[in-house]
Amino acid sequence: MESKTLEIRNLNTSFFTQQGEVRAACDVCLEVQPGQITGIVGESGCGKSVTARSVMGLVRYPGRVVSGEILLDGKAMTGISGKEACSLRGAEVSMIFQEPMTSLNPVMKVGKQVEEALLLHRKLSKKEAAKSAAQMLEKVGISDVKNRMECYPHQLSGGLRQRVMIAMAMICSPKLLIADEPTTALDVTVEAQILRLMKQLCDAGTSILLISHNLGVIAQICDYVYVMYAGRVVEQADTMTLFDHPAHPYTRGLLQAARSLRSDAEVLATIPGVVPNLLHLPAGCSFSPRCGQCQEPCKTSMPDMLPAGEKGHLVRCFLAEKEKQQPVEAI
Amino acid sequence: MVRNALQRLAQSVLVLLGCALLIFVMLRIIPGNPIAVLMGEHADNTVIERMTAELGLDQPVLVQFFRYIGGALRGDFGTSYSLGKPVSSLMASAFVHTLILALLAAVFAWLIGITSGIIAAVKKNSILDHLFMGASLLGVSMPVFMTAMLLQYFFAYRLKLFPIAGMDSFAAYILPAIALGWNSAGSVARLVRSTLLETLEENYIDTARAKGRGQVGVLVVHALRNAMLPVITMMAIQFSGLLSGAVITETVFSINGIGRLAVQAIAGRDIPLLQGTVLFSAAVVVIGNFIADSLYRVLDPRIRREA
Repeated sequence: MESKTLEIRNLNTSFFTQQGEVRAACDVCLEVQPGQITGIVGESGCGKSVTARSVMGLVRYPGRVVSGEILLDGKAMTGISGKEACSLRGAEVSMIFQEPMTSLNPVMKVGKQVEEALLLHRKLSKKEAAKSAAQMLEKVGISDVKNRMECYPHQLSGGLRQRVMIAMAMICSPKLLIADEPTTALDVTVEAQILRLMKQLCDAGTSILLISHNLGVIAQICDYVYVMYAGRVVEQADTMTLFDHPAHPYTRGLLQAARSLRSDAEVLATIPGVVPNLLHLPAGCSFSPRCGQCQEPCKTSMPDMLPAGEKGHLVRCFLAEKEKQQPVEAI
Repeated sequence: MVRNALQRLAQSVLVLLGCALLIFVMLRIIPGNPIAVLMGEHADNTVIERMTAELGLDQPVLVQFFRYIGGALRGDFGTSYSLGKPVSSLMASAFVHTLILALLAAVFAWLIGITSGIIAAVKKNSILDHLFMGASLLGVSMPVFMTAMLLQYFFAYRLKLFPIAGMDSFAAYILPAIALGWNSAGSVARLVRSTLLETLEENYIDTARAKGRGQVGVLVVHALRNAMLPVITMMAIQFSGLLSGAVITETVFSINGIGRLAVQAIAGRDIPLLQGTVLFSAAVVVIGNFIADSLYRVLDPRIRREA
């Protein structure tokens, strides 16, 4: 079997606050296959960004990775020295962020920022670096590159800045690109362009881990999807299976809510209740207080990831075994 | 860019003219005739009147003002009543001492202030952080005369490392420079620490880390330049403050700088000298702000374009 681009095994990342330990990512297991776009979807605070940041070693204080293994192309990224981690970041794995407006250094020319990773990781002269930076900027669809490279970030629009971010992340042709809500801050037409660009990058051989709360975005470009809730992966499947046969009540709720947006329904479908406070998680399954199909065992013990129907379709729900999945329309 | 600088330069000149007018008018509305003070208690009224006319003090204030400005443009700030010498040459010799003191104090303040601010921010909540912030709090809150006297007591009187006062050697300037600079060092350290901490939270710092920049690279290449923007402004204002004369420090350490000259002028009702020293301070502050503003534009491209 081909080696995985990214493999996360039992990742636990916690924030040690004054109120106690907040387990933002809890026993997360996740894989990104080469040449695929893998999505993580979930509400705000479900642990998707924290998972991504754990891979990059960018978890902010007072958070830190408590345990777990992160393998990039078979090589461990956890338990290595800071220097080794620096040599991987930007070269083998890179990341683009949600806020293109504030993710570029305001006092540094755009060209310089794109060249930076090259100069750090590759033995190139400044001239060569500038040349390949220009090529990369052209590749991500920026016109008039020569002038744009001399611009400061505030002189560019949001869409352009996100393209610059992508160029910056791709400049060393990393094996894995992590995109944390790359289109959330952009308007819809720009979003479509950026997604198309990411699809092209993936076709060119980069594996992508895409984080989004937008099911539409996930459905459009992802090959495989993880659904997260309250710090845990609750369902994983290839995109087709997940959207056609969602097995977890939470996933179903999300899809129903999204679908009711598109239909003529008078009342929007919602999931009752609110996301639980990670400091005071309910006993048993985290979703049980909001779940319409909650049963006795759900209130006392957390289910494992159980196989559900199709191959590679796992779900953290006791119902998975008993129930045959029905198409979502029938619910 | 150049046009903008010229515009701001013109503004600075206007501000300076306004200052001059204000000083001029204020010195003339305060009660009491300076000539009477100068001549002593037993002077004859006619003598006082003749003297007043001779010095041009009987003219309308505006006439006096334009005469003064005319002279000032030619480098003539009048003659000191009490010392009998041209104000310009008195100020020039006093300025040398103030300049040495200010430069020393600034170098001390900024070296210590910036370094300890950076260390405190990077090692937030460590012992070093608490130590530096404690020292800076002391510097900011202790009155200069007290710092000065404590330094004199320990380092000059007890340890005999430096002269107590005077301007005989370079070493004599060191204690006053520390006394004067400590306060500035404290505020710079605190500002550097807080802006650097804020900057390190910015998203583009994460971007830099994601590129593979190490701790030092992130700090030097990305964080410091952004964090220094407000600090530059503070430093320019501080330096103009130091340069316009440290009245208390100069007095405690018997340094014949601009500050002491101003005190002398006030005590002796020496209007030309007082005008000269106050106008000089105003000019230094205006120039300092102009430089801060210009530096800011060089360092921050966002401001550059908006103008």
